[in-house]
Amino acid sequence: MADLKLIDVAKGYGDVKVLSNINLDIKTGELIVFVGPSGCGKSTLLRMIAGLEKITGGDFLIDGVRMNDVPPAQRGIAMVFQSYALYPHMTVRENMSFALKLAKKSPAEINAAVDKAARILQLTPYLDRLPKALSGGQRQRVAIGRSIVRDPKVYLFDEPLSNLDAALRVATRIEIAQLKESMPNSTMIYVTHDQVEAMTLASRIVVLAGGGISQVGTPLELYERPQNEFVAQFIGSPAMNLLDGEVTATGAQTTVSLTGGGTAISSVPTRESDKGLKVRIGVRPEDFVPTDGTHIYQGTVALTEALGEVTLLYFQKDGDKAGIVAKLPGIHNELRGRVVRLTADPRKVHVFHDGKSLLYR
Amino acid sequence: MENIAGKRSALTWAVHISVVLLVLLWVVPTFGLLVSSFRTGDQIVSSGWWRAFGTQEQQLNPIRIAGEEKEVDGRFVIEGNLFGNSKTVISLWGTSSREPTAYQPGDTADLGDGQTLTVQENGDFVLTSATSTKDTRLPRVFATASAPPEFTIQNYRNVIFSPLAGQSIGQAFLNTLTVAIPATIIPILIAAFAAYALAWMDFPGRALLIAAIVGLLVVPLQLALIPLLNLHNWAAMTINETFGLTGDRALSGKGYLGIWLAHTGFGLPLAIYLLRNYMVGLPRDIIENAKVDGATDFQIFTKIILPLSFPALASFAIFQFLWTWNDLLVALVFLGTGNDQQVLTGNLVNLLGSRGGDWEILAASAFVSIAVPLLVFFSMQRFLVRGLLAGSVK
Amino acid sequence: MSQAIFALSTIAIGVGGCILYFYASNLFLDKVLFPARGPNAGRNINRAEAVRPWLFLAPALIALGLYLAYPVVATAWLSLVKEQGATRNFVGLANYAQMTSESKFWESMRNNMLWLFVVPAASTAFGLLAAQLTDRIAWGNFAKSLIFMPMAISFVGASVIWKLVYDTRPVDQAQIGLLNAVWLQFGGGVWSVLFLRILPALLLAAIAVGLAWGVWALLRPVLGSGGSRGSLVVVLLRLLGAAVFAALAVVMLWWLVGVFTVTLPYGQPQTWLTIPFWNNFFLMIVLIWIQTGFAMVILSAALRGVPEDTIEAAIIDGANPFQIFFRIKVPQIMGTIVVVWTTITIVVLKVFDIVLAMTNGQWETQVLANYMYDKFFRAFDVGVGSAAAMVIMLLVTPILVWNVWNARKEMR
Repeated sequence: MADLKLIDVAKGYGDVKVLSNINLDIKTGELIVFVGPSGCGKSTLLRMIAGLEKITGGDFLIDGVRMNDVPPAQRGIAMVFQSYALYPHMTVRENMSFALKLAKKSPAEINAAVDKAARILQLTPYLDRLPKALSGGQRQRVAIGRSIVRDPKVYLFDEPLSNLDAALRVATRIEIAQLKESMPNSTMIYVTHDQVEAMTLASRIVVLAGGGISQVGTPLELYERPQNEFVAQFIGSPAMNLLDGEVTATGAQTTVSLTGGGTAISSVPTRESDKGLKVRIGVRPEDFVPTDGTHIYQGTVALTEALGEVTLLYFQKDGDKAGIVAKLPGIHNELRGRVVRLTADPRKVHVFHDGKSLLYR
Repeated sequence: MENIAGKRSALTWAVHISVVLLVLLWVVPTFGLLVSSFRTGDQIVSSGWWRAFGTQEQQLNPIRIAGEEKEVDGRFVIEGNLFGNSKTVISLWGTSSREPTAYQPGDTADLGDGQTLTVQENGDFVLTSATSTKDTRLPRVFATASAPPEFTIQNYRNVIFSPLAGQSIGQAFLNTLTVAIPATIIPILIAAFAAYALAWMDFPGRALLIAAIVGLLVVPLQLALIPLLNLHNWAAMTINETFGLTGDRALSGKGYLGIWLAHTGFGLPLAIYLLRNYMVGLPRDIIENAKVDGATDFQIFTKIILPLSFPALASFAIFQFLWTWNDLLVALVFLGTGNDQQVLTGNLVNLLGSRGGDWEILAASAFVSIAVPLLVFFSMQRFLVRGLLAGSVK
Repeated sequence: MSQAIFALSTIAIGVGGCILYFYASNLFLDKVLFPARGPNAGRNINRAEAVRPWLFLAPALIALGLYLAYPVVATAWLSLVKEQGATRNFVGLANYAQMTSESKFWESMRNNMLWLFVVPAASTAFGLLAAQLTDRIAWGNFAKSLIFMPMAISFVGASVIWKLVYDTRPVDQAQIGLLNAVWLQFGGGVWSVLFLRILPALLLAAIAVGLAWGVWALLRPVLGSGGSRGSLVVVLLRLLGAAVFAALAVVMLWWLVGVFTVTLPYGQPQTWLTIPFWNNFFLMIVLIWIQTGFAMVILSAALRGVPEDTIEAAIIDGANPFQIFFRIKVPQIMGTIVVVWTTITIVVLKVFDIVLAMTNGQWETQVLANYMYDKFFRAFDVGVGSAAAMVIMLLVTPILVWNVWNARKEMR
């Protein structure tokens, strides 16, 4: 059992505030992913949960117990570091048993725990090796193993895959997902800047930006119903296109006439008073479809990138007209230089005013 | 580390206190000598240097009455002052070591045989006697006195300008400079070329040479003394015979030329090792680019490598300078003992032998000799540290 | 004044000569010997490239050969001959025999061994302590430069500084040596027991425990409980090391008992430098005082090189500051500790100035380097002096071999 609660948590160095107003409820068994651009404070937040950074404001509770002043070792957490942080002078076995030895566990207990973790992570043949004799992926597993043997309530992962090469990263990601499956009662917090990791692993994602939380939700919530332009553009690749316009018709569906010419219809409902509101509509590249009828966007394709299953169409910025990206299924290199008209399903058209989605008013 | 939650601050205090203690332990000995070097000889031997900053009441060493005898009214009188300065204040005095505090200032002591002695608070004394005191031992005064803190630079004047152990420290200072500066500069150039060859030129036996230099790094120079002295003597003799040099013009096996060469030889392994390690770390691209541009090795060395290696050159220069300045053994062996050749360390050792108890001289001399290294140390500590880190064989 | 001109002109001649040599020899090589033109241009360039390294190296090689390599051989030869009148006769090991029959030599050997154990150990330990402590506080750099300062002071200067500390005055006069002044504060009361009995006892106990730990660490792989056993040589070295450590630990315990049983001459100023055996320690303190700064600087850099996240991982694993220091940081900088240790060992083997200036080898403080100097320049016995020099060389050799071996390993 490990419910985590962050109430108005803040972090500042002197007058400089790096994090503020962090409110978060994490339930037992969740795998929470912190994502955000570099410098958004996601690693700092994780280190505050670990106890490696002092919390300068608010309260942090685990199972209802205030943890602000509890030393890291007594918080019931384990952490996997970006660089693995293996003790280079200790063998794999010694690395994994170090915490238990410090806790004065009996040798039998320690061996049992280490052997079990090694079996799970397929490290048994390497137990007597030093870290320098291991490959990157094996080191990563030792780091995870070192956490497992402590049987913590909360696992913390600080960008654990960023030092691995692409293929290994996918494999290890799947291993972590399986590990999570096998330990339904443990809570995990995972920091990454890679949105694919976030989307695939998370039960809920916390998007951090500008020293605060932008949105918390399941991966699909974030993808389908972003609360603001930042989340809308941060989740999904290439990023969501944003086009300026003005509300012309309101109701269950909203009609927006766009500054660069074109009209968008969105299934986001609006009130009568919204007429004339300056808004921005957002359409993901993969949601554009070519059309001959009313278009959201019309422009000349400046560049195509055929990726095989899809083709990316790049439209250049031209006067009032924004430059956008569209993603069409199949190979469409012939469209380069041609004029293309695009529209989208009203359910896939997001409407933002002042940076925030009208869906969440 | 400061950010860890739940960290106890008691430990931080323990750290601060420990460091203060360590620093004190390391600084106090030097500081003591520094303070002593500004006190007169009397002050040094009569009270510990740590008492130098306060007015102190203390029992002075016995002072024997001395002065011109005059005949006044049929009695023989000696008048004078016990102290050279006017600031000492006597609180009690006596005339025997058994009763050093028998009298108050202004009292008159009857010394028997018609002698009386009066000592005032400021040290003025009057000794009267029925008979002439010529050719007799005059009495001693045991005084308890208080003196305000007093410092003087007279010690430094004395040691720098007047010959105490064969020569003045000022001359020894010049001699040391004469040894240290060429002995610092010459090896740098020789080593820089060799280091470049070992770092960036490809030739058979390179690895072996590097290993040999690492080996020579630890060869004790004690081994070199006698063979080299013989070599120097032989070389001087050969030259003298060949060119018919005699008398004043004849070369001696001991001299500056010899010690410069010796220091050059002894400093080279470290110089080459340091510089090679540094040069190997320079980016290969720069050197290859220069080669593609048509630069010769000589040009690459002078135009690219030397300027880029400045930090390493500076590190070694500081090392070698400190080493040659502070060296005693090489100077003892390869330099003559004449006034124009004795260095500061040699002078200091002589003083320790001949004037071991004269702390005012020793202290001032010691500080003259360590002033320059300390100055170099504090102004170029950065380079020194860098050199140390690069120079310890890893 | 003429001396200054002499020195300046030497610098000019030396530097100018070097530059002229390098420039002219390269010019000669490229323009005259192997000109890079004509029918043989290609071959000439290759030949010039093959010769050039030796041009660059020549002055250094000559100097090294003449001033370091040749003397080693020459000293070895001199230790085997005896000057009889104007001729030198080969006498085999007679010089060594004569040397080993002198009690002064054995006294020097004993003292050198003492120095060899105490100074590197104490300097490294203090250096490590200072490095760890100063790294954690705001004014650490200032503290460091003060502890580092003695590095700049000559051994002779340091000797003068410490001689004042050890100075002794008759009992009825004020003490001007700090050590005696402190010593006279003790009168056998509570503080005396605390500082002169319990504190040293704790220190000795700590050293004994450290040594015992060393014995255990050395023996563990041999006994086969963990890790590979290694070759026979390694096993023998480990056993030897363990034996030495164990012997030292017993000595420490013996002293520990001594601390409580000895009667201390309270109230009497001591002439520290004439107390046999223990005066060696008062001399060693001077060198420890100088070398600690060196150890601290190197070890501080090494400690900073320990990855921060291994320390954080240890914190999360529940290690306290002491466990972090001894079980995470120290093992990771073991290589540097060995380097510092060996470097100071070499300094110790050559120590000469301190002994010469402080006691000149009297009162049983003789060391090899000073013994050798005595033989050379006071007794004018070149044979025995050279034999003593060879003993120093012999003691340095293991470190030399180890250094060369490491350097070669690194270059591969």
